[in-house]
Amino acid sequence: MTTVYRKSAGLQDRELHYCPGCSHGIVHKLVAECMEELGLVDTAILVCPVGCSVFAGNYFACDCIEAIHGRAPAVATAVKRTHPDQLVVTYQGDGDLASIGTAEIVHAAMRGEKFTTVFINNAIYGMTGGQMAPTTLLGQRATTAPMGRQKELHGSPIRMAELLSTMDGLAYAERVCVADIPHLNKAKKAIKKAFELQLAGAGFTFVEVLSACPTNWAMTPVEANKWLLENMAAYYPLGVIKEAQA
Amino acid sequence: MAKELWKGNEAVAEAAVRAGCKCFFGYPITPQNEIPEYMSARLPQVGGVFIQSESELAAINMVYGAAASGVRAMTSSSSPGISLKQEGISAMCSGELPGVVVNMMRGGPGLGTIQPSQCDYFQATRGGGNGDYRTIVLAPCNIQEAVDMTQEAFDLADLYRMPVMILGDGMIGQMMEPIEWHDIPKRELPPKDWAASGRKGRDHSNFITSLRIDAPDSEQFNRSLEAKYKRIAEKETRWAEQDTEGCEILLVAYGTPARIAQSAAEELEAKGIRAGLFRPQTVWPFPSKRLAEIAAQESVKAILVVEMSLGQMLEDVQLAVEGAKPVRFYGRVGGMVPSVEEIADEAEKVLREVR
Amino acid sequence: MKKQITISGFGGQGVMSIGKSLVEAAVAEGLHATWVPSYGPEMRGGTANCEVVLSEEPVGSPVFTYPTELIAMNLPSLVKFEPFVTAGGTIFVNSSIIDEKVKRTDVRAVYVPCDTIADELGNKKVSNMVMLGAYIAATGALRTETIRQMLAHMFTGPKAKLVELNMQALEKGAQCLEG
Repeated sequence: MTTVYRKSAGLQDRELHYCPGCSHGIVHKLVAECMEELGLVDTAILVCPVGCSVFAGNYFACDCIEAIHGRAPAVATAVKRTHPDQLVVTYQGDGDLASIGTAEIVHAAMRGEKFTTVFINNAIYGMTGGQMAPTTLLGQRATTAPMGRQKELHGSPIRMAELLSTMDGLAYAERVCVADIPHLNKAKKAIKKAFELQLAGAGFTFVEVLSACPTNWAMTPVEANKWLLENMAAYYPLGVIKEAQA
Repeated sequence: MAKELWKGNEAVAEAAVRAGCKCFFGYPITPQNEIPEYMSARLPQVGGVFIQSESELAAINMVYGAAASGVRAMTSSSSPGISLKQEGISAMCSGELPGVVVNMMRGGPGLGTIQPSQCDYFQATRGGGNGDYRTIVLAPCNIQEAVDMTQEAFDLADLYRMPVMILGDGMIGQMMEPIEWHDIPKRELPPKDWAASGRKGRDHSNFITSLRIDAPDSEQFNRSLEAKYKRIAEKETRWAEQDTEGCEILLVAYGTPARIAQSAAEELEAKGIRAGLFRPQTVWPFPSKRLAEIAAQESVKAILVVEMSLGQMLEDVQLAVEGAKPVRFYGRVGGMVPSVEEIADEAEKVLREVR
Repeated sequence: MKKQITISGFGGQGVMSIGKSLVEAAVAEGLHATWVPSYGPEMRGGTANCEVVLSEEPVGSPVFTYPTELIAMNLPSLVKFEPFVTAGGTIFVNSSIIDEKVKRTDVRAVYVPCDTIADELGNKKVSNMVMLGAYIAATGALRTETIRQMLAHMFTGPKAKLVELNMQALEKGAQCLEG
């Protein structure tokens, strides 16, 4: 029998708990495939956040550490410094990385810590039920912004890839999405490139993935991906934000 | 072995290195700055990692990361910084991660003062962060003890897989005193086969977490912590005592006030008053049983607790003595240090009142 | 023998290092000793003092209310601590900058023009060593030779010539007792 599709060896044989249409499952798969293809599942250490992906350690086949809310870059800093030859990745959402953990991510980038951050930006707090995130778009409704995000009241959403790219320690930042197959393929390439740059000792590497949260956006998965491409990608430009010359 | 003159903070840092500490993460705060300063120069010499973190939050979470990946790590701070670290200490207890945390206490609350204090006793001994947890809390009264305890703290942390706190005060950090470097007896330590350091051929992945969202699992885990804490209370409770047999008044103090109380006890003896000193070396677990035995002696008329606080260890003493004898208190706060004369006078006053 | 010494002055007068030298020498001679600094937010120029205990027995309290000796390097230090010196104790006064005399009659007063002597020796920085010399001569608490060994250990290579300068400062300080 010919094998046409196989689950990545970077993932355990478990059912994911994510909602239908959520991007987490796809990004998990991409991260796992990149680890597998680079032969790193046996040595990689993944640091998980607080948020929907708090259980990521139950899905990935590599060793995992669950960090407290926002502190994954601090945890990963210590892990990478003490295991400099191993792949170290933080996987963080927007509340975790762009709100409570801004100090940790900014300073990890400033120090040029040689780990990779995969940043899931879905413009909402998913796990706690749809509260406003620092990345929520203007006009976008949230349970704590029932009239929609207003610039005068809440400020404009934060562009983390651009902000972090001002740091000399950041070697590579790219923004991607997984809303359709071509974008998904680009996302995988970006993640793999980040891992390769990490192993080459280039510096801090950052991949921001614009992600869908159909449940909290109150959309169907198809509507969510369409909305993402039309609205999120308009505010958060896709593509390489920074690539330091070696 | 020859005695060497060391400053408290630097001695604690060197002790940690000698105990195999490979990582130090910290943020500047007085009066403990000599610890990170010393580590920044010393750790690279032994292939270790020093990072001045962006905050105390980051520092304790770096300790969490190093510990989770199986590496001996430490942080130090002083009171307000330790408050910030409670998040990580709670998570380390839940993730069952070893690590050493030094608190060179200063006066509070809030920013308080940079002068010595013992006002973080409750925070240290009750579990200062969220959740039902304890940390082993070692309370040195001089630099020799600070050095010995720091070295042992790493073994205790690894053995019980939990953070161990060295509870000093600003004076222990800042003062100088001769010490001897001892070889601390090594314990049989279990392998760190739980660590997330990369599978490297292991047939399963390790996942360090402090989240147990399923209530029955969470209860079971909390029960396992309870059992561990009982075991520690049985095996690791420590204290020192002096002239407690047949004493009339018993002074109870830890840390710097204990050595001041020791001088006060000598002054009282010179006046013909039989004064004993009971000095907890672990403040969690607290040496309640032995304290109750001493207090039960017929000769003991009163107990005087001395602290640089408004009366925190006092409550542990009261719980231990269970009303069997009058328990009185003398404390100085806000960075003030009790004097030998104040303690001796208070002891005499207490005795006059209870006789 | 038990000495409780308060050493006090402006920041930058070498107050802390007089205390450290005393403790270091005491440890070298097999005594028990403690050094407790006053530590404050000001790094330079503020008031500074330290408390030193030298003892043949292990030191209980490293802090004390009543010093057996006071080394006052400036006037505020003399004013602040003079009342607390134990009867029969000694007060060392840096008479280069303190014009006032010790008022107490139940203590011994030793006047040491530290800064003047240091100037004569060509290095203001050894002012505190002049005072240390006076202290050792007056109390006999430590041996001068121990200090020489410490200095020899501290100043090596191109700095070795500082050993003699510091020893001269010690001797000049000791000579203040003869007058």
